[in-house]
Amino acid sequence: MGCGLRKSEVQQKKCDRVSLSVPAATAIRAALLIQRWYRQYVARLEIRRRCTWNIFQSIEYAGQQDQIKLYSFFGFLMDHFTPASSERNLISHIFRENEICRDVEWERYFCYKSIDVPDSYTGPHLTFPMTFCGVSKLVEAFKHKQQLHARYVLQILGETWRLLRILPNISHLSSCHTKEITICGDLHGQLEDLLLIFYKNGLPSTEKPYVFNGDFVDRGKNSLEILLILFGFLLVYPNDVHLNRGNHEDHIVNLRYGFTKEVLGKYRVHGKKILKLLQKIFSWLPLATVIDHKVLIAHGGISDTTDLNVIARVDRHKYASTLRPPKMTKLAVNGSNSQTTNRRNGDAGVPVDFRRRVRSLTHHSSTPPQGLPRRSLHNLHTSHQHMNWSVDDELKKRRRLAGFDQSYGERKKPDSDSDPECEEGTETYEHEWEQMVDLLWSDPMPQNGCIPNEVRGGGCYWGPDVTEEVLGRHNLQLLIRSHECKQDGYEFCHNRRVLTIFSASNYYEVGSNRGAYIRMGADLVPHFVQYQASRTCRELTLRQSVGWTERSALQALRRQLFVHKSDLISAFREFDPNNTGIISPSHWASATESVLKLGLPWRVLRPQLVSSTKNGMVDYQEWMKELSITEPKLEISDTSLLETMYKNHSNLETIFRIIDTDHSGLISYEEFRQTWKLLSSHLKTEISDDVIANLAQSIDFNKDGSIDINEFMEAFRLVDLSAHS
Amino acid sequence: MANVRGVELVPCHTVAGQQKGDRTNMAENSKSAEATVLNTKVLKKLKGAFQAFDTKSDNTVDIKEIGTIFYSLGFFPTQADLQKFTSEVEDERSGYIHWDRFLPAMTKVLLEDKFPPISDELLLQAFEVLDKEKRGYLEPEELTNYMTKEGEPFTQEEMDEMLTAFTDEEKKHIYYKDVIPHLTLERKM
Repeated sequence: MGCGLRKSEVQQKKCDRVSLSVPAATAIRAALLIQRWYRQYVARLEIRRRCTWNIFQSIEYAGQQDQIKLYSFFGFLMDHFTPASSERNLISHIFRENEICRDVEWERYFCYKSIDVPDSYTGPHLTFPMTFCGVSKLVEAFKHKQQLHARYVLQILGETWRLLRILPNISHLSSCHTKEITICGDLHGQLEDLLLIFYKNGLPSTEKPYVFNGDFVDRGKNSLEILLILFGFLLVYPNDVHLNRGNHEDHIVNLRYGFTKEVLGKYRVHGKKILKLLQKIFSWLPLATVIDHKVLIAHGGISDTTDLNVIARVDRHKYASTLRPPKMTKLAVNGSNSQTTNRRNGDAGVPVDFRRRVRSLTHHSSTPPQGLPRRSLHNLHTSHQHMNWSVDDELKKRRRLAGFDQSYGERKKPDSDSDPECEEGTETYEHEWEQMVDLLWSDPMPQNGCIPNEVRGGGCYWGPDVTEEVLGRHNLQLLIRSHECKQDGYEFCHNRRVLTIFSASNYYEVGSNRGAYIRMGADLVPHFVQYQASRTCRELTLRQSVGWTERSALQALRRQLFVHKSDLISAFREFDPNNTGIISPSHWASATESVLKLGLPWRVLRPQLVSSTKNGMVDYQEWMKELSITEPKLEISDTSLLETMYKNHSNLETIFRIIDTDHSGLISYEEFRQTWKLLSSHLKTEISDDVIANLAQSIDFNKDGSIDINEFMEAFRLVDLSAHS
Repeated sequence: MANVRGVELVPCHTVAGQQKGDRTNMAENSKSAEATVLNTKVLKKLKGAFQAFDTKSDNTVDIKEIGTIFYSLGFFPTQADLQKFTSEVEDERSGYIHWDRFLPAMTKVLLEDKFPPISDELLLQAFEVLDKEKRGYLEPEELTNYMTKEGEPFTQEEMDEMLTAFTDEEKKHIYYKDVIPHLTLERKM
């Protein structure tokens, strides 16, 4: 070693046991040594943390791709059913449009008055109109894990619905030197984080305005509580609390990501009604907030065609689910495909039928569409567009729409919360819809340009040049958005012109990331406050939290590998022509990536995923055996069916819940069978009637041959994620 | 990650493989430093470490990450060393270092063996030096004193983290002999 001198000195000191004080020079050298070792240790942990992060993100996005595959499946259905087919009923069942009725009728349906609160109820009682005390009481109650009675839930939601209908699409705030605006990002049902924010920052009030930038629900366990709190504050301080819609404020997304399940679980009798009302509320949530005409806040981001003037004018409530255009037209897919023109730079081939169809409808919208309701289209090509509509006009329109103006009955179509069969300007709707999707689903990217966001299946990836152009065009200086989890809770990009703020800490796993919120004063300079919820997490050392997160990520990866077992074996066999069962680590890595397509550093991960190596080679057959997980409760003899089911189980669950329109948790055997047949033809796998019949038999039948969805899905908890809890 | 140190460098003229700690060969080779090409394995490791921090995908990394990159490759620079390195390679005070400047600078570091590793025994001795009374442990206050006042002082955050990680819960002492395997175990990954 090159440190000979130091060594002998230290030796000498060791011998000198009489001396009680350590000479300064030696102490310094010793300290330096320890410090350097320690910093090295921390740096290595940091690398591991980053690797783990990448794993989680790529799996998360792969899951979101699944969602869009589901939509392509629906698109497929829409295009290919034949009138005589019995499947038609199922499909129209799935796509059943809301009954067209006026708001008055909806109000009657949602009425809470007939619901009595029993004496035995120990939760909070609310009085209306809401007051600050009332909401604080609500916060306290939720802190103590109480549940609000359905009557009060419906009451709050009803009031919220009424209020949201008169709010504009884009809220305007003015900063002020006496008070700072607080801006929060995704919360995803993590009540602990919201409580932590309130604890650190104070409750919303006129002196303490807040903007919540979408994704309040899904994934976490307390989505409903968060909504009720946010709505409560909105009702008390409508001018100081601003909610932007996120991509998860969408009933179809909720079916998949847990919010629907949460509500039905907590409110067995009234859950359905609550969900219906929430569906309307979500569609009425404002789309963006602007501070001082300088700072734009929206959930996802922008695209090269983003035009706030257009967004300000859309009838936002028509878009109940932003992943589905307002009208699924029956255009022949073949015809429209050939017209596909990429309206964005870069010819990223669109793999999804669904989007291709949409694009064909919009590509020729260079001329202003005909028959636009009420307003003429502003010239979209002026170089400097300011937001020049008047807020008053906006409010007037809203009030009219909300039925406050009695004369609305004269209108050709009642502009209420129905899905109108609108012949006029389908193209307009598509264009508007696209603007909304971009606002709620897009992500920034480092390279210039604007390409479709295929990872998420909606919106686009936009580059720094687009940021400059769009912000410039609107005379804005900063875009604040959320939508992406960031390790430190926030992150700048695009030369600090785009700021991501994410408020759900420990999002992937305990210790995975911090949450953050922004405080902004009249100087419009963002200041950040970071935090990490969960007491357990704070006490973890760096090493433990990295280890914990890593273990979780690896488990998630193993699950992915298990799901793709047969594909993996075929891929391995290509590198093993002699069928020895052994392949090299680099072949293992390429094969795995070609199947999973997660873009992960497989060679680095291999030691943690594969223990069966002989002489540095991978015994893949042994490994596949290792990967097999405990048998599910279902007894299914056909293992390939099991694999197919498991691979598609989240899609399955979503489909089941859509079919189960009365949210009873039960679907009929026939619906079950038809769903399977449709799914299997879409997936191009063969599933015979016999197999399905056997499958159905092994599932617990209750009540006249209907299938309990929850029981069925429970059987799919193949991997126990709670190993560390 | 394995240590790059024990890897062969392939200069234009042939040389025996580098042994760990064999510095005489290195000295000879440094004469032909400019003509030296790193072999692919080493290059891949450098590239891998660099890319892990290239968040903008434009072949640059934030200079603040240079320390972490060095450590991950198995080097033990002091903070002063890091300062010097970054000042030499930074892209005109932009706060970023481009791969094109990073690579030759790192090659030089490898050849000159600038930041040699510190053996475990040395680490033990360092702790023993601070443990004047040879008790086998250090009190948190003592360690804090040394770590935050001597050498290249820890930040409060670093100190807190170290104490949380290594203080024995019951006795509230830092038994350094137990700590050392943790620190060095990471290295063997």
